[in-house]
Amino acid sequence: MTVTTIQESKGAAGGVWVAALIFLPPALLLFTVFVILPIGEAAWYGFYNWDGYNRPQNFVGLKNYISLFNNSSFRTALLNNLIIIAVSLAIQLPLALAMALLLARRAFGSVAFRLIFFLPYILADVAAGLIFRFIFDGDYGPLSGATQALGFGPVYMLASPTWAMVALLVVIVWKYFGFHMMLFIAGLQGIDRNLYEAAEIDGAGAFQRFRFVTIPQLSPMIKLSVFFSVIGALQFFDVVVPLTGGGPFNATNTMVSFLYLFGITRMRVGFGSAVGVVLFVICVTFAFGYRRLLMRDD
Amino acid sequence: MKFRTFALASMGVALGATAAFADTTIRWLHLSNDDAGTVELYNKIIHDFEAENKGVKIQLQDLENEAFKAKLPTMLQSEKDRPNIFYSWGGGVMRAQAKAGFLEDITAAAAPLANTISPTALEAFQVDGKTYGVPQNTGEVVFFYNKKLFAQAGVKAEDIKTWDDFLAAVKKIKAAGITPIIVGGGEKWPMHFYWSYLVMRVGGAHALDDAKAGKDGGFKNATFVEAGKRLHELAALEPFQAGYLSTSHPQAEGMFGDGKGAIELMGQWLLTAQGPNAADGKGQPIDNIGIFSFPTLPGGKGEATDTLGGINGWLVGKGAPKETAEFLKFFSQEKYQREAAAKGVYIPVVKGTESAIENPVLKQIGADLAKTKYHQNFFDQDLGPSVGRVVNDISVAVAAGKMSPEDGAAAVQQAWDEQ
Repeated sequence: MTVTTIQESKGAAGGVWVAALIFLPPALLLFTVFVILPIGEAAWYGFYNWDGYNRPQNFVGLKNYISLFNNSSFRTALLNNLIIIAVSLAIQLPLALAMALLLARRAFGSVAFRLIFFLPYILADVAAGLIFRFIFDGDYGPLSGATQALGFGPVYMLASPTWAMVALLVVIVWKYFGFHMMLFIAGLQGIDRNLYEAAEIDGAGAFQRFRFVTIPQLSPMIKLSVFFSVIGALQFFDVVVPLTGGGPFNATNTMVSFLYLFGITRMRVGFGSAVGVVLFVICVTFAFGYRRLLMRDD
Repeated sequence: MKFRTFALASMGVALGATAAFADTTIRWLHLSNDDAGTVELYNKIIHDFEAENKGVKIQLQDLENEAFKAKLPTMLQSEKDRPNIFYSWGGGVMRAQAKAGFLEDITAAAAPLANTISPTALEAFQVDGKTYGVPQNTGEVVFFYNKKLFAQAGVKAEDIKTWDDFLAAVKKIKAAGITPIIVGGGEKWPMHFYWSYLVMRVGGAHALDDAKAGKDGGFKNATFVEAGKRLHELAALEPFQAGYLSTSHPQAEGMFGDGKGAIELMGQWLLTAQGPNAADGKGQPIDNIGIFSFPTLPGGKGEATDTLGGINGWLVGKGAPKETAEFLKFFSQEKYQREAAAKGVYIPVVKGTESAIENPVLKQIGADLAKTKYHQNFFDQDLGPSVGRVVNDISVAVAAGKMSPEDGAAAVQQAWDEQ
């Protein structure tokens, strides 16, 4: 009996090795070619002043990084990323949680509302940007139409650096809260009803049940949601370009739209790569730090 | 072994077959933004050329404007995908391509073109005395105005000669309750036309070249600072439409077409674009549109006849078949270019074709271009993509008072040093 088990497990181990030898190389090759190499290349280009033609030749050391941090538009972009993170965490996630609490029950119409709130997430980012560009348009947009109907003048939100950023944040919350709501609904439905019953028997009120049953039970989902929010905010790009084009005065760029507008369209591939490297370092630091600190047990 | 011989043999047959089918294929890459009339003309020229040159085939390919600019550097890197003929705005981008060795020197083959095309236009496609391409069309950035709105405000375009005349006209139009100027500030480059023209009027024909050569503090010198001051002076009158900082260029063209403002500083393409972008799809009738030149500045070295505008044409990719240059010469014949002029699809660079222009406003632009002594390529093309976009950025920021004229000029110099 014992002998056969050992033999079996030996055979299984050998099988694993064979399987690894067969299945690993294609994946590893693709991963290397499409992930590892580009990362390495970006790091390498970042040390060159290169316009994308021929091979990079003009080695400039850390100059790209220095001019990057001296660039006020980049600092604005970095700050904007932090603002997007703050708004995602302080407004978007609580809103998503509130909606999830309302819609997790099997009440009449809850499925329909879930679908409606989730729809913006499915919409292509560029389409969302264009739709809201129209909504916020001071001459033809419905928002301006509404303020004029109320007797105020037309509003040109996208023409003011501050309000354009507000407009961008509105679109972000509108577009992504549905996704987090779905995560929370899935989490809420996984909570054992008995816990609520037990809490109720122990005399816990509605808020106490929320605070001491729902939140702890939902915490893996909340941690995941925060993780997605932060990484999503750091890599945010698609809505910015159609909505504001990073303007006015480069006040609504994120790091990625800055990379695109200052690196790619200006044919400064070396400089753009340096932006990419900075972004990569921030994302990796956050991802590993966060997982290590908060998601250890999940 | 046998298999390999067979494979080689069949490959040889296949190659031979294609060779017999067409000896040479020329790949010609243009912009999909070209209108139907232009493409029709291109196809006609291809048809005629192929009929006269048996064994040469021309493949017309196209990419959208922004996609073209983004994809071209990659296409040029590949010997297989490198287009033989491709569209170009000349300037810094072309110089970078020439320096990288992606362009074919056609100096000898193109020499006869000097008889039919103006030297300014030909020089736009030369780098260090070598010819890498052939110009096709040119244009002018000029003030377009709405005649009815001018009459309503009691302003006469003929009277606008100096910068002060212009500012006075703007004030008068504004006082009449009309938006004086429309600008697509959201895209920035429409505003850089103001800064460019001001530099040209203040500093004259050598200002830009001197700055590039680093003379007199380069872009930080008084000319460029003065241009910024004048631009801010204009913007301080609040002449632009409300929310101009977020207006896109097509929107601005539509507003001009809708008669929502009196003036727009734009290239000749405004004439064909204002209609389709207008709310009624028609825009202003041509007899309601007039033009006047950018005003001169007191004490400025530039002349009223100096023009800003593109000189666009075709570059030849490295390794292109020798028939390519022949085709471009064939293309540049007066009979075809007269047709383009008559159709009003573009203003050809071939001498004498301007008489074929029928559109009255375009005809006037053609006349301006025929008498100009200094024609300047768009700053954002001439200076190359990285410096050019900084010029666009600072033009809007200086106009809006977000940046001082001195800081604006310094930012351009810094971008010039960093590139």
